[in-house]
Amino acid sequence: MLKVWKKVIATGNVTEPWEKAVPPERSRGEVVVQQNAACKGCNLCVNVCPTNAIKLYEGSPVVNQKACVFCGLCVDSCQEGCLKQTTNYKLATLGGSLGENTGSELRNKIRRVLGRSLHIRHLDIGSCNGCDFEMNHVCNPVYDIQQYGIDFVASPRHADLLMVTGPVTRNSTQALMMTYEATPTPKLVMALGACACSGDQIFGESYAIRGAVDAFVPVDIYVPGCPPRPQAIIHGLMLALDRM
Amino acid sequence: MKEYKTIPAAELRETAYQLYADGKNGLMSMFANDERQLNGNYAIYCLFSVGKSMQVIKAVLKEKGKLEFPSITPKISGAAWYEREIYDMFGLKPVGHPDLRPFALHENWPQGIFPLRKDFNNKTPVPTAKKEFPMAGVEGEGVFQVPVGPIHAGIIEPGHFIFSQAGEDIIRLDAKLFFLHRGIEKAIEGAPIERAFYQVERISGICTVAHSLSYCQAIENIAGVTVPPRAQYLRALVSEMERLYNHVGDIGNLCAGMGFAVGIMAGARLKEDIMRVNEALTGHRFLRGMVVPGGVRLDINDQLSAEIRSMLDKLIPDFNEMIELFRGNDAYLNRVETTGIVPRQAALDLGVVGIGARASGVDVDIRRDFPYGCYSSLKFDVPIYTSGDVAARLWVRVDEVAQTVNLIREILEKMPKAKGPLKAAIPVIKPYSSGFGWCESPQGNNIHWLMVGENNTVYRLYARAAAYPNWPALTVAAPGNIIPDFPLINKSYELSYACVDR
Repeated sequence: MLKVWKKVIATGNVTEPWEKAVPPERSRGEVVVQQNAACKGCNLCVNVCPTNAIKLYEGSPVVNQKACVFCGLCVDSCQEGCLKQTTNYKLATLGGSLGENTGSELRNKIRRVLGRSLHIRHLDIGSCNGCDFEMNHVCNPVYDIQQYGIDFVASPRHADLLMVTGPVTRNSTQALMMTYEATPTPKLVMALGACACSGDQIFGESYAIRGAVDAFVPVDIYVPGCPPRPQAIIHGLMLALDRM
Repeated sequence: MKEYKTIPAAELRETAYQLYADGKNGLMSMFANDERQLNGNYAIYCLFSVGKSMQVIKAVLKEKGKLEFPSITPKISGAAWYEREIYDMFGLKPVGHPDLRPFALHENWPQGIFPLRKDFNNKTPVPTAKKEFPMAGVEGEGVFQVPVGPIHAGIIEPGHFIFSQAGEDIIRLDAKLFFLHRGIEKAIEGAPIERAFYQVERISGICTVAHSLSYCQAIENIAGVTVPPRAQYLRALVSEMERLYNHVGDIGNLCAGMGFAVGIMAGARLKEDIMRVNEALTGHRFLRGMVVPGGVRLDINDQLSAEIRSMLDKLIPDFNEMIELFRGNDAYLNRVETTGIVPRQAALDLGVVGIGARASGVDVDIRRDFPYGCYSSLKFDVPIYTSGDVAARLWVRVDEVAQTVNLIREILEKMPKAKGPLKAAIPVIKPYSSGFGWCESPQGNNIHWLMVGENNTVYRLYARAAAYPNWPALTVAAPGNIIPDFPLINKSYELSYACVDR
């Protein structure tokens, strides 16, 4: 027991504010289309993308962040230098009851009820476990999600937010629907990672995949990434709770 | 190095038993392929390790004949799941199989549709059936059943368990898996092999490098491509980094099975340091983006190798201090020792691999037994423990961390200088050539079999991760223990559901 205390005291506090760690140079984040891009419409980037996340629109590439896996193949393929990969991971967007179509009064009410102590239930319905491990990592002492009054709970009955990972598989559909029903209202749903946000775009059409999470339950927060870094997950939560 | 022996399916049992030689030669993998378009047959492949070589039995079933074959499960227990999967996916019936309940396709799947047959189109809508999914249990006075999952209490992957209990003691455990079944093997059929790589890389997060490597080596074996020497070292580097972060994280997380918060947090903290170096090295915390077919995509410079070295220098004393907290702690040892024992014979019968095997006294490591890449020129020991309990699996991991750290240092030391590109081009491959690729993932050996179709596309991929043969070991380990020990036993294997379910 003495050893345990010694180790705890010797280690000290390692917790960081969530925005502190700067992604390393090689970190693959958001792919941005350069201003005054000289796109020649060659479609190389469109064809090379393994998840069909790029389309040409009005003579310039547009990246669907929800389906992007940040592999960087499009950037490598572009001869004209139109695309650039940045280290930006803050890509979460809001929808559903937190989206622009919802009145600010309702949004504020949701935030007032859930915002100060948010309880999350994890729901894996088809993920590769990358997202789930990153979710584990936000609980590690470095990110320590609990410092923001946010925690993971064991049952949907105790939860305010469902953090859903993976495309909706045929075999997990029932689990998704029952868990959603079991969560008391008001509730929020976060689609975490490219699979949850975009459905069958990551693996392609499959007899075993039914689609994206928002085809089954309303999604309030989308966090792209493959998987999203722990900081991207926290960013999504902070954005949803208006605590940026 | 691989011998293929083609036989009619009716002779499968006899031939397989002969090769198996009462367990002398283990079954490593077994899968089917629909080759009707090529030769009018279905084929079932069985891969055995025979001394220093691998041998393959290819059993063929005529399209027009009876779609069944004699099951090899009665003597080779390790074949049980492979055969159930073949029955589900291809409708080829293993006659004499003791347990032909549904497996990968759940109660929602209609009878008589076999998704991995070539005439099944992924675009066809499949109606939702309402069948029953029978779970195996024990009935009797005083015996009760505890259902758990698929949604669990912690942040873990989904699986449904039924514990048959007498008081606190588990009598039997049955598992329903494949909640994460994404049909990846079918979804990538017809896709160019170099593009399908990005889906294969995403079979599992924590085995990213292992799946990438097995897949790439299968392509390279078929195409006869040699990976540039420096790229081989870079591949070994990311492989060992994957083993390192997994082992360190898993050792810490084992404490979550017994509520020892200091251990959980110490492991999580050390793992985070490694994950950050992973990202500095490859741009991705799970090491995606380094390995590609033909070689690697990124090189490292002196600054990055220094960063890895200094991480290791810092990690080792800290890690050893964490292990000391366990070694001298009776409450801890009391939980892990003699818990969840898998005897050596059971491990051999089930064909258990990796950590699970080495903790039950089975001396296997595919890096040493069937070396690939640069592993034949690297020095490492394979730690073996014989008690087969949670503690043995823990100590195997602890010893492997030390081995892996030395390996990473050796790889950085010996890495040849860059000469030319780090990626060999993949030539046009003769259609319908096939081959294996394998590697040792953090959990055990990972074996892919690929058949290439026209224009370098995927005709059929079978990806067998380490968790697949290891899962059934859990049903041996759990009975005789109390339910509260199950999380501990489960975590001591740390089986990836995504790998099994695909």
